[in-house]
Amino acid sequence: MMITVLFFASLRESVGTGREQIHLPEGVTTAGHLRAYLRSRGAAWDSALGEGRALRVAVNQVMADESALLSPGAEVAFFPPVTGG
Amino acid sequence: MTVRVQSDDFDAGVEMARLRAGNPRIGAVVSFIGTVRDLNDGQGVSTLTLEHYPGMTERSLADICDQARARWDLEDLLVIHRYGEFRPMDQIVLVVTTSAHRGEAFLACEFIMDYLKTQAPFWKKESTAQGERWVQARNTDDEAAQRWSR
Repeated sequence: MMITVLFFASLRESVGTGREQIHLPEGVTTAGHLRAYLRSRGAAWDSALGEGRALRVAVNQVMADESALLSPGAEVAFFPPVTGG
Repeated sequence: MTVRVQSDDFDAGVEMARLRAGNPRIGAVVSFIGTVRDLNDGQGVSTLTLEHYPGMTERSLADICDQARARWDLEDLLVIHRYGEFRPMDQIVLVVTTSAHRGEAFLACEFIMDYLKTQAPFWKKESTAQGERWVQARNTDDEAAQRWSR
């Protein structure tokens, strides 16, 4: 299935893109699976999305956790803890 | 209830007057304005860039306002948050709450700011003499938000 993945702030700079369409391979069904799949793309991705990184995930513009299920057309965003206000 | 995410500046006086216009039930108007400091973590800040997540930003601010309205007896409320490039002393955020009595408006205003700091998808990048750096989230902000769930 196709989904849209967004990256913001320092994470966007680390992975070198803010937005892309991804065709998910079989078995990638949750936000956590997606994070692991993206990490497998290479050293920069593995480092930026590694376990030690404090990252937040939103699915369809609502804060979620890594167990969140992905559906076709989903918008999944990864970003560092927020610092507005 | 009004939520605006914009690059333009705002006039707090105009916004407060508009929010309470024609409503004689209001006995208290509380406002908070967040502004750009020239010093953060010991380093001088020359410019500040605020990035956000269009769509989710408006949604999360509206959700925070809904929570405040469910918790306190408010007449109305307003949140304006800016994005883009800023310099020290510029205004970043305005929160205004109105209620019959001051207690509810004070609490709701602080609650909105505490939740906004940890939930709304904004990120700050500072430019200092040492170069650019992303502002790190503070534990004290998480603690401030958590005290509302106790």
